[in-house]
Amino acid sequence: MEGVEFRHVSYRISGGAHILDDFSLTVGAGETFALVGASGAGKTTVLKLVNRLLLPDAGEVLVQGIDTREWDPIRLRRSVGYVIQDVGLFPHLTVADNIAVVPRLEQWPDDRVAARVRELLELIGLTPETYTGRWPDELSGGQRQRVGVARALAVDPPVLLMDEPFGALDPITRRQLQQEFRRIQARVAKCVILVTHDMAEALALADRLGVLDEGRLIWCGTPQAITESDDLRVRALVESVVPLAHGPAKAGQPDGPA
Amino acid sequence: MTSLVRFWLTHQQEVATLVAEHILLVAISTTIAVAIGVPLAIFATRRPRLAAPLVAIANVVQTVPSLAMFGFLLPVPFIGGVGARAALAVLVLYGLLPIVRSTIVGITGIDPSIRLAGLAMGMTPRQLLRQIELPLALPSIVAGVRVAAVVGVGSATIAAAIGAGGLGQYIYRGLSMVDSTVILAGAIPAALLALIVDGSLLWLERRLSARRRVRSRRAVVAAAAALMVVVLAGSALWATRSPGAIVVGSKNFTEQLILGEILAQAIERGTGLPVQRRLNLGGTLICDRALITGDIDVYVEYTGTALTAIFHQPAAKDPKAVTDTVRDLYSRSGRTLLPPLGYDNTFAILVRGDEARARGLRTIDDAARVAPQWRAGFGYEFLERPDGYAGLAKTYGLTFRSPPQVMDLSLSYRALASRQVDLIAGDATAGLIKGLDLFQLEDNRHYFPPYDAVPVARAETLLRYPQVRKALERLGGRITADDMRDMNYAADALKQNPADIARAFLERLH
Repeated sequence: MEGVEFRHVSYRISGGAHILDDFSLTVGAGETFALVGASGAGKTTVLKLVNRLLLPDAGEVLVQGIDTREWDPIRLRRSVGYVIQDVGLFPHLTVADNIAVVPRLEQWPDDRVAARVRELLELIGLTPETYTGRWPDELSGGQRQRVGVARALAVDPPVLLMDEPFGALDPITRRQLQQEFRRIQARVAKCVILVTHDMAEALALADRLGVLDEGRLIWCGTPQAITESDDLRVRALVESVVPLAHGPAKAGQPDGPA
Repeated sequence: MTSLVRFWLTHQQEVATLVAEHILLVAISTTIAVAIGVPLAIFATRRPRLAAPLVAIANVVQTVPSLAMFGFLLPVPFIGGVGARAALAVLVLYGLLPIVRSTIVGITGIDPSIRLAGLAMGMTPRQLLRQIELPLALPSIVAGVRVAAVVGVGSATIAAAIGAGGLGQYIYRGLSMVDSTVILAGAIPAALLALIVDGSLLWLERRLSARRRVRSRRAVVAAAAALMVVVLAGSALWATRSPGAIVVGSKNFTEQLILGEILAQAIERGTGLPVQRRLNLGGTLICDRALITGDIDVYVEYTGTALTAIFHQPAAKDPKAVTDTVRDLYSRSGRTLLPPLGYDNTFAILVRGDEARARGLRTIDDAARVAPQWRAGFGYEFLERPDGYAGLAKTYGLTFRSPPQVMDLSLSYRALASRQVDLIAGDATAGLIKGLDLFQLEDNRHYFPPYDAVPVARAETLLRYPQVRKALERLGGRITADDMRDMNYAADALKQNPADIARAFLERLH
């Protein structure tokens, strides 16, 4: 099958403490799934298990129906786009060269690389003429984040992982990028797993979402369904978002309406 | 200052050669240090437990004084011995620490999110290294290379002690001649070289740290790789002895440099074989070691020195017996003593020439009669040595007006000439004996052990090239103490080139 499936996955650090405990989840092609939780809840671990930066201690992770243990890690990672919180653009490469890294690793011919870079720059709303030759430190935070998304999409991978992709941005830019992301996702239709501690972001972007607490998936469903949950921890998270009707706020930081 | 400029102008070609040798030593050793140090450091970043011990070892190596390091390496096969190869080995060891350390710092200092991004994009470890880690660590690596090269320029001056050439030759020569002009003639270009190397690598480092330099980075890496190939190819040619060449060595004082040239030119004239000069080696034992290992084929030794310093035998008086003993000891270990050159470089008891003529003094016995009215001045070593002053006084019944004055050996000649003292013990072949009109009294009771100058060669070389033996035998008995004094005088006082002095001498001989 397309997409990603977790089957009773446990992962613990060498000391023995569980980061993930009996975690099961299926995310299909074209679906955007948001994983919400406080920091330290194990969100990033979930993503790293998908592209085999980590291997589970128990259970299995299937990507496109194949256990990650059976994937060649290099092939797997090139089929899974990864947008990380700190962006991690290569400071010694131009915008175009950053986007072209994976196509070049895949030994695409130069003209195909150039065309793809152009196409992606247009997709993320940066004029190719202006931005191909720019350097990462000449971009604003929002522009850098968009280049990070374009880089992750470069070889059109079926799976896209996003780790707090808009976390470091100011609220206005964040909202703008979220809208753009929805537009992009409507066109590219990937299996997207988005990790965030911001419930508002999850509600805005996801087709379905899950709540992770101390390594366990304590709730999973549609944005509509979550607002009706009785679980106290879920309710707390949802209620933290209410002020968002008036203005954005981070979950767990109820600084109240302006 | 003007004497310094004059020195450079009259020695233009030699200065150029020494600067070139110096640059080559530093360039080759730094290149090799990079070729070893960078991979070593990369390996260490992959095995973090190795990084700390590795840096610690490199640190310890760095603290070994360079002369001691040459000493340690002397007996090591292949890289040891004398000549450029051993010097390079030492310089490489010194260069490793800064390069290893800065490479480790450069790689481990990369933002973890950048490495994570590369890894998550499906880069193999090799791709991660080549496309991300090395380019980002490059400014730091260049900083380490800069330190290594600057340290190398300094350390390379010491390489002259084992005959690797370079500007250190002037420094050593100046020290042995007590001539600060010659010392500065080597020290100033070496200092300038260090500043230039520092400045240009600093410029490169800054250029690389500025962003947007990906094309020029590639150019730099390509240029560095090209330089590496050229330097390694060059070093392969230079560090090994040219096949078929006879290698002549010498110790590091004026007389030895002239003798080395005389041997070299005599072989060139007599055989037509190519001759390589490895003059200015830092002492008796280094020369002997080089002869044994085959780094040199021949040099001039003194019989008394060979007996005591090389073979650790008690000093003896009879010149013939000493020569025979030494010849026998050499022949047991593949070294052959050739016929002595004809003069004895022993201690010389000296008085002023006018005084000797006025009083008709010829021997030390003659002088002992008038000595009670005299003052004497001796170098520190002569007062201390077992074959020095105490025995001399006893043998000849010498007494002076006052206890002998202690003075620097090189100053005692002038003290005698300017009548501050009336008798000194100098070197029999010192050029100043002629320059200051001094007279050497005959050691008629044979108190001093003989120090006959005599070429020593590898037996193997003489077997392979009998014409070399013939050419060297022709020098037997042809150099008198007076000849040697004249030549030393020409070099030390008239600042003539040893090669020219040797050439003029051989012309006269034929």
